Amino acid sequence: MDKNRLNNLLRELTVPVLAILAGFLVGTLFIIAAGKNPAEAYSYFFLYVAGDAAKFGETLVSTTPLILTGLSIALAFRCGLFNIGVEGQYLIGQVASAWTGFFFTMPAWLPPVVQGFVHPLLAMLVGMIAAGLYAGIVGVLKAYRGVHEVINSIMLNWSGLYFTHWLLMSQMKEQGSSATPRIKETADLIQGLIPGSRLHVGIFIALLAAFLVWVFLWKTPAGYEIRAVGFAPGAAEYAGINVKKNIVMAMVLSGALTGLAASIQTLALARKFYEPGGFAGFGFDGIAVALVGRNHPVGVVLAAFLFGALDRGGQGMQAGADVPKTVMWVVQGVVIFFVAAEGIWKFLKNRRTKKEAKTA
Amino acid sequence: MMIIITTVLASTLRAATPLLLVALGGTFSERSGVVNIALEGIMLVGAWFAVYGSFLTGSPLIGLAMAAMAGVLIASLHAVASVKLHADQTVSGTAINLLASGFTEFFMVKVWGGQSPSVKAFGSFLGLNWFIYLAFALTVVSWYVLFYTPWGLRLRAVGEHPRAAETVGVSVAKMRYWGVLLSGLLAGIGGASLSIGLVSGFSSGMTAGRGFIGIAAMIFGKWNPLGAMAACLLFGLANALGTVLQIQGINVPYEFLVMAPYVVTMLALAGVVGRSTAPAASGVPYEQNH
Repeated sequence: MDKNRLNNLLRELTVPVLAILAGFLVGTLFIIAAGKNPAEAYSYFFLYVAGDAAKFGETLVSTTPLILTGLSIALAFRCGLFNIGVEGQYLIGQVASAWTGFFFTMPAWLPPVVQGFVHPLLAMLVGMIAAGLYAGIVGVLKAYRGVHEVINSIMLNWSGLYFTHWLLMSQMKEQGSSATPRIKETADLIQGLIPGSRLHVGIFIALLAAFLVWVFLWKTPAGYEIRAVGFAPGAAEYAGINVKKNIVMAMVLSGALTGLAASIQTLALARKFYEPGGFAGFGFDGIAVALVGRNHPVGVVLAAFLFGALDRGGQGMQAGADVPKTVMWVVQGVVIFFVAAEGIWKFLKNRRTKKEAKTA
Repeated sequence: MMIIITTVLASTLRAATPLLLVALGGTFSERSGVVNIALEGIMLVGAWFAVYGSFLTGSPLIGLAMAAMAGVLIASLHAVASVKLHADQTVSGTAINLLASGFTEFFMVKVWGGQSPSVKAFGSFLGLNWFIYLAFALTVVSWYVLFYTPWGLRLRAVGEHPRAAETVGVSVAKMRYWGVLLSGLLAGIGGASLSIGLVSGFSSGMTAGRGFIGIAAMIFGKWNPLGAMAACLLFGLANALGTVLQIQGINVPYEFLVMAPYVVTMLALAGVVGRSTAPAASGVPYEQNH
């Protein structure tokens, strides 16, 4: 790697690393405020993140959806769009893939291996299409009616919550329960790759998706157009790029990635769609993942692992050291805040250089 | 029949009140040029502090004051990030919302062991909670201040055309701080109207999206306090009808009534039901000219 690229990389890493440190600093203060011993709390944190193979497997289980929702938000960001609607898209994706999982029966003449391959693939595809179209609404309204995507995304999050609730309770729920029937076994994604953990094939699908997003954005003309629109919409327009089309496409693809996250969680873990009492949270965590990962697939994978570890480590601190796991929410909030307020680091640096100039 | 009508009216007003307080806050912030989706989280923190204040002192009035102060304090984070540090306002808002749920959840466990006590709340006057009167009075005050005072003109100017406002000597940063801090004050009070008004205790995530509906009402009301009031009453009515219909055993899926505010807002923004246009510089960080 030549020196320029290395310098760039270091500069890119500075803000996320500082933000993570600030997050843990505040988190530690909260642990002390809870009257607990930070050293003990963090020892349980690490025990749960990677104490043994099974625990590490669970950390990867927490990481998987975050890779995909992080990619979803990063892809939209690259087109200059803030997809804060991942929570709603996620619910739509869940209900769509669960429905495909329990409603369809694979034809008996297909060999079982093929059934077990086709059914989850179909369910993932349906989940991706449903969530992609749902996100596409925001894209169309932005491109053709000039409505800011953030506000419509928020509206669709809550609409999605109530809509999927209605869909489940009035159309799909199994008698006497508040969930859909279990998906057919042919639709199951394999789980238990590491004995004692629920690690499933989703992690490989997520990593493959990260690679494909990278190829798409940086190695294809369509991806180049999306980035050009995000970088300078005016200039892209002059260069003959159809800005409207790209906005819609970026939203649809972003939604599809979220739909994939939702489908994987449904087919590998929940295997039903349960009555939604609120949002799953992967969307909001995904914002953090995308920001810390600098909207780059490699960064997103690393950041997703970090936040997956925060999730598992938080559970560990709660179980072992009786520290409320909400401390980890605070850590996440602080990390996002400091990444967003990037200016703060410049501000502090400028003040220091000014001081140095004065004393000199 | 009469009793149903009064029930619906009263429950419309009750549902509209927290929304209205948040919507007024959002109006001040956005009119000054700062998008504030942190209002949901600020409201939640306000609700927590209202209960805490009333719990400590036995006085709901102190609870209200603490909620308002907490609102201003949290909003100042967003203000510094948006005005001083030119942060992405939506991201900063999201971070504050996350912090707010973590913070309230943490201290609910820490202070009350996970279950908020029932505290002294505001009472009623002529059958309606005091918060209802407060919210509607503040609506008129906000409307007057925004549109009929020089201060209001300056606030709107920095939200529409900050460069021009600065040229005639208005401090963009100062007005935006005012806008955001006022939005925190009002959202904090909005939270209190839930936790020591509608009910008398805190429960986890009790705002349940009301901050966002308040923002929707602000948009639907075209960034005007009176418009926001009309929107909140409409949204409150949808909510009240849902409850009444359920009690009456009439089978309308309540989900569609709860969804109505969000869908209507989207339609309004898309120009299907009257056009809503945001203040021109809303959400755009302003770099001062030197």
